[in-house]
Amino acid sequence: MTPTRTSRRDFLKAAAAGATLLPLPALAQGAAGRVVVVGGGFGGATCAHFIKRIDPRITVTLVEANRTFVACPFSNGVIAGLREIKAQEFGYDKLAGDQVVLQLSPGTAVDPQGRIVTLANGAQLSYDRLILSPGIDIRWDGLPGYTQAAAERMPHAWKAGEQTLLLRRQLEAMDDGGTVVMSAPANPFRCPPGPYERASLIAYYLKTKKPKSKLIILDAKDAFSKQRLFQNAWKALYPNLEWVSLSSGGKVTSVDVGAMTLVTDFGRHKADVANVIPPQKAGQIAELAGVADRTGWCPIDPATFESKLQPNIHIIGDASIAGAMPKSAFSANAQAKVCAAAVAKLLAGGKPDEPKLINTCYSLVAPDYGISIVGVYRPADGQIKEVEGSAGVSPLDAPTSTRALEATFANAWFNTITTEVFG
Amino acid sequence: MNRACIATATALVFTLMGHASAAGLADAPPGALSCSGCHAPARTADATVPPLTGRNPADIVAAMQAFKSGQRPSTVMDRIAKGFSEDEVKAIASWYGAQKN
Repeated sequence: MTPTRTSRRDFLKAAAAGATLLPLPALAQGAAGRVVVVGGGFGGATCAHFIKRIDPRITVTLVEANRTFVACPFSNGVIAGLREIKAQEFGYDKLAGDQVVLQLSPGTAVDPQGRIVTLANGAQLSYDRLILSPGIDIRWDGLPGYTQAAAERMPHAWKAGEQTLLLRRQLEAMDDGGTVVMSAPANPFRCPPGPYERASLIAYYLKTKKPKSKLIILDAKDAFSKQRLFQNAWKALYPNLEWVSLSSGGKVTSVDVGAMTLVTDFGRHKADVANVIPPQKAGQIAELAGVADRTGWCPIDPATFESKLQPNIHIIGDASIAGAMPKSAFSANAQAKVCAAAVAKLLAGGKPDEPKLINTCYSLVAPDYGISIVGVYRPADGQIKEVEGSAGVSPLDAPTSTRALEATFANAWFNTITTEVFG
Repeated sequence: MNRACIATATALVFTLMGHASAAGLADAPPGALSCSGCHAPARTADATVPPLTGRNPADIVAAMQAFKSGQRPSTVMDRIAKGFSEDEVKAIASWYGAQKN
C-alpha cells in the first residue's frame, strides 16, 4: 500500500509542477474560456466546430433559432425543380457530438459590457468571446411596397426554406406563356452571382417546361459578378431571358403587390410570377449588439474578425464587411476557421496570426454548365484585400466539357462543405 | 526510481503534445484551412476533388507550381495557386502531409 501511496503523491506533485509550466490563459477564472456563437449557418456552425477541435477545453455554445438549417447554395436548383429541399436541410447532431452546447432559441439581446447574451427562452449566456454569424435580414423599409405580407405574393427566396418552395410552386402553377419578373438589388448583398444563377435556372425550367414564357431581370446595377460568362450563356441558351440594367431603367423603385407589378422610373412591369430580391442588412442580432454601422453591416478587424465597434465580439459571414471577399457560403466557412483560430489564440493569451483566405463560388447556368469565380485574400491597410493576380472567373471560351466539369465540382463542393460541419 | 519514471513519462507527454500541436489545427499555416472547403479529408473523400490530408508534401508543391505556370490544366486551381508564394505553399503542403487520413 505504501509504495502506491507514495507514487500517487509524487505523481500529483509532478503534475502540479508541470501545470505551472503551461502558459495560463488570460482569463479571470483561469478556465480555457467560454465562447458563444450566434447563428448556425456556414459561418457559425463551422466556427463552433473548429473552436472545439482547436481546443476542446473551451466551452462553446451555439445559439440558433431553428432546429434544421436550410442551405442557400443550390437552393436555386430547388426553385427550378432540379432538386428537392431535403437536399438543402441539415441538423446539428454532429456539432452536439463535438461537445458544442446547443441552445435552440433566438438571441434577443447582447450586453457587450457585461458580456452576456440573452435568448428568447430566457437563458442568459456569459461569454469571454462572442461570435456573431447571423447572415442577412431583409430591409423591410428598403423598397416601398415590399412588406413581409408582400413577400407572400412576391417571394424573395433569399433565405432558403418556405420562401424557396413558394417561388417554386408559383412557377409550377404559372401557365405557359407567362412572364416571370425578377429584381436584383444594388451592392452589397448576399451571394453576388446568386440572382443571375437563379435567372439562368428559372430560364432553364421555362425552356424545358413552359417554352412560350419569358423572364425579365430588372437590375439596380450596371455590372454584376461573372457578367460576361452569364450573358454569353444566356445568348446561347435562353433567348427568352432579358436583363435590364440600371442605366436602361432596371432599378425597381417600388412594388404594387395588388397589381403584381414592379415599378421602375421608366415603366411598370406586370408579372405572373415576381421574385423580388430586396435590399439587405446584417441579421438583427448585429444591430442589437451594437456592431452594425450606418450601412447596416459590421466593420471588422481583417485578421481576427473582431468588431471595430465593440470589443470581444467577432462577426463573420454575410453580416461582416469583409472588404474584397464576397458574401458567400465559402467565404463564411473560410472566415469561420480564421476566426476560430484567432479566438482560441486570444483566449490563451496569444497573438493571432496574419491569415490568408480563399473564396470559390460556383454558379450553375444549366444543370451541366458550371462557372466559377475565385479569389485569395489577406489583410492589408486595415481591410481584407485580394492578393494580386489570384482573382478571376472561368475562361470565356471554354469547351462544354470544362463547363460540365465545373458543374461536377460545384456539386462536390456543396457535399464537402456541408459534410465538414453538419456531417 | 519511481520519480525518474514519472519525470520521463511527463517529459514524454509534453514532447508528444508538442508534436501533436505542430500538426494541429491551431498551427495550420495561413490559407491551409480554406482548402478543406473543397478538399475533403481522405476518409470521407468524394473522389471528385483529390484529398490533401496525408499526401506527400512534395507532390502538393509540384502540383501547385504546375497549376501556377499553367503547365497543368485546371478549372480553379490555376487562379488559386497565383494567390500563394512558394513558401506559403510549402508550409501548407507540409501541414497537410502531417494530417492523418
